[in-house]
Amino acid sequence: MIKAWRVFKEIIRGAAITARHFFVNMTFHTLRLFGVKTKRRGAVTIQYPEVRKPLSPRHHSLHRLRPRSDGQPSCVACMLCVTVCPSECITVEAAEDPDPDVQKVPARFVVDLNRCCFCGFCVEACPVDAIRMDTGEIRLASLSRTDLARRLDKP
Amino acid sequence: MLVDVLIIVVKVVLTLTWTLLLALFLTWVERKESAVMQDRIGANRASVFGLRLFGLFQPFADAIKMFFKEDFAPTFAQRALHWLAPALSFFFVSVTMIAVPFGDTIHLYGRAIPLQVVDLSAAVLFVLAMLSLGIYGILVSGWASSNRFALIGSLRGAAQLVSYEVALGLSLVGLIMVFPSLSLARIVEYQGGLLFRFLPMWGIFLQPLGFVVFYLAGMAGTKRVPFDMPEGESEIIGFYTEYGGLKFGLFMFADFLEVIVLAALATTLFFGGWQVPWLVHGGFSFPWGGGLGLPAWAVTVLRVLAFNLKVLFFCWLQILTRWTYPRFRYDQVMDLGWKVLVPLGVVNILATGLVLAAR
Repeated sequence: MIKAWRVFKEIIRGAAITARHFFVNMTFHTLRLFGVKTKRRGAVTIQYPEVRKPLSPRHHSLHRLRPRSDGQPSCVACMLCVTVCPSECITVEAAEDPDPDVQKVPARFVVDLNRCCFCGFCVEACPVDAIRMDTGEIRLASLSRTDLARRLDKP
Repeated sequence: MLVDVLIIVVKVVLTLTWTLLLALFLTWVERKESAVMQDRIGANRASVFGLRLFGLFQPFADAIKMFFKEDFAPTFAQRALHWLAPALSFFFVSVTMIAVPFGDTIHLYGRAIPLQVVDLSAAVLFVLAMLSLGIYGILVSGWASSNRFALIGSLRGAAQLVSYEVALGLSLVGLIMVFPSLSLARIVEYQGGLLFRFLPMWGIFLQPLGFVVFYLAGMAGTKRVPFDMPEGESEIIGFYTEYGGLKFGLFMFADFLEVIVLAALATTLFFGGWQVPWLVHGGFSFPWGGGLGLPAWAVTVLRVLAFNLKVLFFCWLQILTRWTYPRFRYDQVMDLGWKVLVPLGVVNILATGLVLAAR
């Protein structure tokens, strides 16, 4: 009997909590609808395509190759990123560079986003800090798979 | 004669429109209310020419989607029964609304028109019977699908509905003892009286225990979440496993209609139906003296409004319940039905009888 009463009390308490949320949130929704400025919002939702949350500086977004001073990618085609990549999604074809100090440049630098898991190992492996994942581009969906193989050496 | 038929037809059409529109927008209310309860916003993207109106067009978008889905029946299903089941479910629920009074009698051109489709003398029994017949929709759908999960779901549904039908019936016996009539119109009229000269004589004040049993058993009858054994989204998909498109839509619509029927019944039986507290024919007359004269049309409008508000409140309450509590286990549902609600219903009858005899 006492246990039944306790259960009943908890049932009522649960409904009271959800009802409180409902009425508090409705109050803020209504106030904001009529243009009253309130500190709190009725919902925590961020309306995504219109409103963007600021990305964290550590966020792994689409890769880019940092350019040299002459505009060429600063990649030296050392293949370290290709080696470290767990998804095997990076393809680099090396080519000669006329500058004897640089020796190699990528003729083709392709990241296959079908496979990439955005782990960021390539960024950590790069000895010349050429590849970075800080473009802030997170809308990468595409209608065809071939579009997802992105060339990074040409814009 | 022709006019009488015309009046009936108009009333049927209006009642059906009211019920279906309310059920349509209840899908929107359900989404929005659950969202607001959980600090979300809810469906708000459906728009007509860029006009969003808080997603109020969402039900229509859903309806269009369901219309354009393939009308699919699996090859192993029994086609005729597979077709019949959603219609049965839908029909037996929607037909109950004809017994519910929406307001008092209005007088037009010397004709007294009660705002109720038919004033059945055994309306309570009619409503209970129709709600039990809803079991056939579930059973037939489970059988016709020739799918084990669907069959398990439908058998669970039948067991649950039959069990709670007992509690539902018992909870209303006390009420019928207090308001000695089976007609919903009479019951509402009785509730216009005053208790201790100030409290409106609503069923909830005379039969609080009866209301609790009725509400819980009714909730179980709607087959929605705390009692969603037949559906069981998380374990078996239940009796609509093999249904898609508009046929599934009809089942879902029947669920929402059941919510409305339960809200309308709770209002009519326990919360005074269309009665507004202290509102009599000439206007308000308050128990602390004084009053407020109102013309006849204003009284009617107030009463119809009161009925609608009460129904909306109960729809709100049911959606709140549905989004607050986790679902029961099957044995817990049966325990609650047979070991709690049925004994409570019997106790309620005994207590009511003792009070009536002692008076």
